[in-house]
Amino acid sequence: MITSCSQGSIMAVPIAIHLEFGGGAELLFDGVKDHHVTLPSQSEPWDMKQLLVWIRGNLLKERPELFVQGDSVRPGILVLINDADWELMLVGRFFSIHLGELEYQLQDQDNVVFISTLHGG
Amino acid sequence: MCQVEEEYSGPLEKTSLPTVSKKCMKCKESTAVLIIRVGDAFCRDCFREYFVHKFRAMLGKNRVIFPGEKVLLAVSGGPASSSMLTQVQEGLSRDAPKKLRFAPGIIYIDEGGACDQNAEEREKTLSQMEAIFRKTGFPYHIVSLEQVFSLPNSVLEPVSCGPERPGSSYKAAVDQYLQQKEVNQRQGQLATEEAQDAVAHLSVQASQVSPEHKQALEKLFSSLKTLTARQDMLQTLRQHLILHTARLNGYSKVMMGDSCTRLAIRLLSNISLGRGASLAVDTGFSDPRYGDVVIVRPMRDYSSKEIAFYNRLFGVRSLFISGLGTKTSDKASIQQLTESFVIKLQADFPSTVSTIYRTSEKLHTACPPQTSGAVAADKCLLCLCAVCNKADAASASHASLISERLSRGELGMEAKIDPASCCPSGTLDPFSCQREGQGCGEGGSCTAGRAPAPADLKSLLCYSCRLTVKDMAAEDTLPPYITSEAEKRWNRAQLKEEVREFLLEDEDEEVG
Repeated sequence: MITSCSQGSIMAVPIAIHLEFGGGAELLFDGVKDHHVTLPSQSEPWDMKQLLVWIRGNLLKERPELFVQGDSVRPGILVLINDADWELMLVGRFFSIHLGELEYQLQDQDNVVFISTLHGG
Repeated sequence: MCQVEEEYSGPLEKTSLPTVSKKCMKCKESTAVLIIRVGDAFCRDCFREYFVHKFRAMLGKNRVIFPGEKVLLAVSGGPASSSMLTQVQEGLSRDAPKKLRFAPGIIYIDEGGACDQNAEEREKTLSQMEAIFRKTGFPYHIVSLEQVFSLPNSVLEPVSCGPERPGSSYKAAVDQYLQQKEVNQRQGQLATEEAQDAVAHLSVQASQVSPEHKQALEKLFSSLKTLTARQDMLQTLRQHLILHTARLNGYSKVMMGDSCTRLAIRLLSNISLGRGASLAVDTGFSDPRYGDVVIVRPMRDYSSKEIAFYNRLFGVRSLFISGLGTKTSDKASIQQLTESFVIKLQADFPSTVSTIYRTSEKLHTACPPQTSGAVAADKCLLCLCAVCNKADAASASHASLISERLSRGELGMEAKIDPASCCPSGTLDPFSCQREGQGCGEGGSCTAGRAPAPADLKSLLCYSCRLTVKDMAAEDTLPPYITSEAEKRWNRAQLKEEVREFLLEDEDEEVG
């Protein structure tokens, strides 16, 4: 089953995202678990990779290495997009799994949850 | 798989990328919500079924929990133990004939004193945990870590294992329980049962933490120089507290919520810590080393991803409580380093954790023959695992003892450096021999009222506990139950050494 994502997201409007942090990840964000943010508008659609960069620059209060590693999240942090595993977000069949996750395009009112399964937060 | 690394350099349209929605591999109808293991996609309902079934299968396969038994659930507030609590609740509430049949209680250990939490954070956490426990309706015990300073010596006394209950009697026990229940119902004894239940639901609260104990705990943890030693000591003290509470309240089993990922990490870090000899009991399903209380790990088949997803999708409440290792760097301790190693490897090779888990399943303990006389001497004082006392001159632990003596500058002791002669427990204590000016075997003045020298404690410990204690700046900060039990064993060993030549050995060497 292939469904195409909505065509209406030619990005001229900013998109509202609901971010949640759990499992200790919230410690890096001043203990705040729920964040309702609005991503500024840009010509290209927002994808997960850009979201991570944005979070690192705008929300993360301390110790970025405990949250992001390279282009992706630190191993041990689970990501759910609209209550589904982000590893399911395969984009086409030609990309590797990792690229696929980061290429997922965000849409308005998406819910992204980051749960840390590590001990050290 | 060779396509994985290829990069497509051609221009790709970014505007409308199609997404592929996978179907659940079990029911093949609904859309999948998560991937577990290597590539198995599950939908929400199939996942729930799978999760619940695995818990009950784990308990049913290893038939160690008998019906009607009192089981203590060790809940730390984290995702795995909260999930375990939910599973137990669900399992007990089913009306199906296959429902779980034991009497649970909950224990929560407040470790804020060791992790430098201030009083108000601890209060807040405690009240949140209490709210969760009250909702379950099980009796709960909240114990603070400071209470190690009021534990009795009996915690460390080795208890011989209870009579073995072979598998065949499990079925008989279940049948008997069901019959008894029917009889009870017919005779209208439900009322008394309910009354008993209500009494059991009264929670048992720990008394307020006394400031001396709080200080003592702080001193203990600040005298441990490395984070590795601190985490190890915390683990040991936690086990003792749980054991004591279980014994005090009549629980014969303790359920710990260690997940597969956590146990894989523990397996590797235990090897690095020097606990290789007790790997099987430390990571297996059941841990019988305490004798009367058996530790059981029903969550050992769940990866931390499965647990996190289940908690999120089905609303299981769990708290994140900062521990010793929170926000530390990867290399802060052996345990942290192992964790980051395993998790990073798992990200690229999703079968890492399950491979380690399967390897650990193949480990079995070779049970040494239980001799009544050797019970006390053969167990480590702190972790109660078997200690190899008859260390021959070529073993690693013996070598490390020698190098310790040499580095302290006691070079004139070559004559005494042979394990079986000088002192009991196969170790050296040249101080005591030197003081008397003669060997231990002659004259009875060895035990004449002297305080135990530091070497005493180490001789009663296994290799890895010895390393932990070696990291301590001051051994007298240990809780009194440890130091007094150590003294007792040391004196007993000294005494035994003194009368050794008068004892008739088992072998027919001496004629008396």
